[in-house]
Amino acid sequence: MTLTLATSGSVLSGPVTLGDVALSVSLVAVAVAISAWQRLGLEADMTVATVRSFVQLIAVGYVLSYIFSGHGWLTVLAVGVMVGAASLTSRGRAKLVPWSGAIALAAISIATAATLGVLAALRIVPTSAQAVIPLGSMIISGAMNTTSLVMSRLRDDFASNRREIEARLSLGQTSRQASRPWLRSALRSGMLPSVDSTKVVGLVALPGAMTGMILAGASPLAAVRLQLVVMYMLLGGTAFAALVAGHLTTGRLFTDSHQLVKSLRRVP
Amino acid sequence: MALEARFEYRQVRVDGDSGPIVAGFCAVIPPEGLTVMVGPSGAGKTTLLRLLNRLDDPDDGMVLFEGRDVREYDALELRRRVQLVGQMPVTFPGTVADNVGGDTRALLARVGLDPSLADREADRLSVGEAQRMALARSLALAPEVLALDEPTSALDVANKTGIEQLIRQLADSGLTVIMVSHDPRHAELADHVIEVHPVNREEP
Repeated sequence: MTLTLATSGSVLSGPVTLGDVALSVSLVAVAVAISAWQRLGLEADMTVATVRSFVQLIAVGYVLSYIFSGHGWLTVLAVGVMVGAASLTSRGRAKLVPWSGAIALAAISIATAATLGVLAALRIVPTSAQAVIPLGSMIISGAMNTTSLVMSRLRDDFASNRREIEARLSLGQTSRQASRPWLRSALRSGMLPSVDSTKVVGLVALPGAMTGMILAGASPLAAVRLQLVVMYMLLGGTAFAALVAGHLTTGRLFTDSHQLVKSLRRVP
Repeated sequence: MALEARFEYRQVRVDGDSGPIVAGFCAVIPPEGLTVMVGPSGAGKTTLLRLLNRLDDPDDGMVLFEGRDVREYDALELRRRVQLVGQMPVTFPGTVADNVGGDTRALLARVGLDPSLADREADRLSVGEAQRMALARSLALAPEVLALDEPTSALDVANKTGIEQLIRQLADSGLTVIMVSHDPRHAELADHVIEVHPVNREEP
């Protein structure tokens, strides 16, 4: 089965115009007013966020139109840029892990390539830019969150369980053996969010891809089929990302002589 | 040739975040008996002990084990031969037998614990019992050296005396036993005493 991604006839009366977008800013004004009235101090942040989202998304819109209008070869570049940006973000969230940027790059790109590869090989989705870019972006952002979580969780757990890890090392265990309980719990914590959201999908919130398709006029069942593919794809993607990030991070937090790295040895 | 030194520290320096923890340290640990390293808290005694089984490495100088740099040994092999037991006993999930392995009951008897404790959950032991269990777990690997970091500091007086007697027995049984302590009284138990002085940060 190949999912049809293009649909016709939006349920909204014609396409959303820039004028409509401008009118929807009135809701931002309401939020800013509430912030000012309740002294939340969020007015400036909200204004910046509104302007940023406008500029970023309009730019993305133009880029995607360009790619979709027969410049499909740019797809790989676009996915590469997304993977790069995600890796930088992930690195920033796990600064205390040595080589966190390289680990994030490896985990996110392997997760993305493997997951998209399976979807394409099984012919579940077409390899067109219209399919690869949005699906890729979802995999990348899921993999990014998982990678950040796994890296920082491992580092924190190794620091707070140093005594137990070093007791295991002292008994002649390898660094892999000595860190196994914490690797396992880091992998679990990296994958649980996508497992949980897969469990409650449709009960707590209608997910993005499905909402978008329904708004665009697709039948609910077609929207549901796409959403199921997206959920299962995200499960697979986060599993790949957690596994790669977990093993690479563990490797970087020990020396070749099965010692914790120096920054962790000195933790009081 | 009879070995004169089990371990030798040669001009050892270990750096911490704010300057050296140990600097220019030299000492010899003989193969027989109980060697006690005494010194005030913060003098770097624990760090010195951690160099013996390579939980840590010196930033300068070297540590020799039976005449060879400890870094020339396979770290895992070295750690099986040189057993380090920490200040606070660590218990792993499972029973005492799961923790100790080997002939648990005989090992428990050797460290003065009731062999029937073998089936008890390890996390239900008292601190004193857990410290003895940690010793038994190390002895299960048939080490040549036992390196103990302040083994009595977490214990009450009765347990302290018991562990001190046990350490003395182990040293008399032919093991090389090295103990770090801030308690000057422990020097009286020792066959050899090494005094560890804090690094004088004022020196150039």
